[in-house]
Amino acid sequence: MTAAVFFGCAFIAFGPALALYVFTIATEPLRIIFLIAGAFFWLVSLLISSLFWFLARLITDNRDGPTQKYLLIFGVLLSIFIQEMFRFGYYRLLKKASEGLKTINPDETAPSMRLLAYVSGLGFGIMSGVFSFVNTLSNSLGPGTVGIHGDSPQFFLNSAFMTLVIILLHVFWGIVFFDACEKKKWYILLIVLLTHLLVSAQTFLNPHYGINLVSAYITMVVMGIWAFFVAGGSCRSLKLCLLCQDKDFLLYNQRSR
Amino acid sequence: MLTFMASDSEEEVCDERTSLMSAESPLPRSCQEGQQGEEDGDSAAQWRSQESEEDCEDDPDRYICSGVPGRPPGLEEELTLKYGAKHVIMLFVPVTLCMVVVVATIKSVRFYTEKNGQLIYTPFTEDTPSVGQRLLNSLLNTLIMISVIVVMTIFLVVLYKYRCYKFIHGWLIMSSLMLLFLFTYIYLGEVLKTYNVAMDYPTLFLTVWNFGAVGMVCIHWKGPLVLQQAYLIMISALMALVFIKYLPEWSAWVILGAISVYAAMVWTVGMAKLDPPSQGALQLPYDPEMEEDSYDSFGEPSYPDVFEPSLPGYPGEELEEEEERGVKLGLGDFIFYSVLVGKAAAAGSGDWNTTLACFVAILIGLCLTLLLLAVFKKALPALPISITFGLIFYFSTDNLVRPFMDTLASHQLYI
Repeated sequence: MTAAVFFGCAFIAFGPALALYVFTIATEPLRIIFLIAGAFFWLVSLLISSLFWFLARLITDNRDGPTQKYLLIFGVLLSIFIQEMFRFGYYRLLKKASEGLKTINPDETAPSMRLLAYVSGLGFGIMSGVFSFVNTLSNSLGPGTVGIHGDSPQFFLNSAFMTLVIILLHVFWGIVFFDACEKKKWYILLIVLLTHLLVSAQTFLNPHYGINLVSAYITMVVMGIWAFFVAGGSCRSLKLCLLCQDKDFLLYNQRSR
Repeated sequence: MLTFMASDSEEEVCDERTSLMSAESPLPRSCQEGQQGEEDGDSAAQWRSQESEEDCEDDPDRYICSGVPGRPPGLEEELTLKYGAKHVIMLFVPVTLCMVVVVATIKSVRFYTEKNGQLIYTPFTEDTPSVGQRLLNSLLNTLIMISVIVVMTIFLVVLYKYRCYKFIHGWLIMSSLMLLFLFTYIYLGEVLKTYNVAMDYPTLFLTVWNFGAVGMVCIHWKGPLVLQQAYLIMISALMALVFIKYLPEWSAWVILGAISVYAAMVWTVGMAKLDPPSQGALQLPYDPEMEEDSYDSFGEPSYPDVFEPSLPGYPGEELEEEEERGVKLGLGDFIFYSVLVGKAAAAGSGDWNTTLACFVAILIGLCLTLLLLAVFKKALPALPISITFGLIFYFSTDNLVRPFMDTLASHQLYI
């Protein structure tokens, strides 16, 4: 519960997202706008799911005990459905906007759907991560002892890693989702929804962090590989990139000479 | 108020629309660099010389200029959209900076969240026994506030119409003096108290003097663009902090709502009054945008309402000469956005989700307003859409999302 914990957890959770933002999004105004719009869509989905949860609680008259727990689980599952619905809604909006942009300036290269998939995924992820973690982070600056009542002392670390995995998962889900929508492979949407439900449902196992985190990360790696191939990557291009022999790198080097 | 400037060749525009005072333009016109303006809007934007046409041409506006003189009209639309995203970001940055300053201050300096009396513009207290009474008092406060705004607007319009530019000029100088010196001194004092840093009077005097003097020079005369914009952001933040401190809880929310409704109404009335064919002609004794001017006759009588850039904005007016295209955003808009976000931050439960939700909502509202601006190419009020979104998201996040997220966080569940 010091500045070290605060900064450490903040960078664990948001470092990669910040790096992605700085290197890929911050330079292009249009991408920033789509990012913020994506964040807004996630926010609206959260709002609607909170509304349903609140109404459900009102209906059951706020009785304590297991009802609350079941209501919470219901709220989580419903929220995931609504998030994916809004992801689909955002896809439709972007499709219309892309077409609009194309008709208006035909020679201007509008951002491709793949790029928009990445940006929207990042927007969803950043907003989701921030909303989940920022209150915990701000509490970590203050005085206190973690786990003094017998809870796990790894609370902050676990939350930070979980937030990171959720952000990255949203990026990959976005890419896979939009590609599936473009190619009209609707079963993939179902798979994305199921993996999202799986990752969230595993958090019900908290505070048994081990299984939860490990499986979330495995899911993330699998989704990452899937998204890489869906976005047009291949083993060959990856090898070229790692060996610094890819076209972009070579061109860039030639230019700087 | 947001205006979109297109080029126009009518020269009589210069005469009516010229500035409030005969100062030279504070900004060197460097249209092509596009360093202008992006940010911030306003205020001193309107300083233009009355005398010469060349000065008229100088657009001290701070927004992007992408101008190439003598473009064919069809090209305008493309460029509008091409530069549209850039303009949006150039508005996002100062708005975000202002909000960041306000939120950082609210979260750290206790002074601005303590209740220490009220302004005379909101005389009714909210310390009443019943909810109904409290609501009534806040409505009455709002009515008084809005009527003060209306009166000040009419006053300023009359002054402008009868070319009492010296008076307006003097008013502006007085208000910026007050903001840059008095409010800065108070702010600095409170920050030093919060961090328990001792500062002797000579150092304090030197600091405040330097800050204020450079600010006056930058805003009212010439100065580097970035510095001028930084000063405008600072004074907007200071004003927003004053509002957050001195407006009572419910009154502040009702006032925010009422101001956006008022802005929308005034704009609608202005649209109805204006005769579209005579766009370039300047009559219009009542400039709907000028209502922005009287925003801040709160606090002190000589208040910097005229930092509103609205002045150049006759709806659909074309700006002269340079093919400067850019967008202007009024300081009043900055102030009220920051008041909304600041009040969300001050809401007391230490909750950041509400603040962030309001922030995103305001940015999206601004985006939508700019989109409408690009579509309609008329001056638009920047407040209504953003403040509406901000209010909706504040109340819904505070009452619905916060309990949900808190419960999730305490069980460490992730959605």
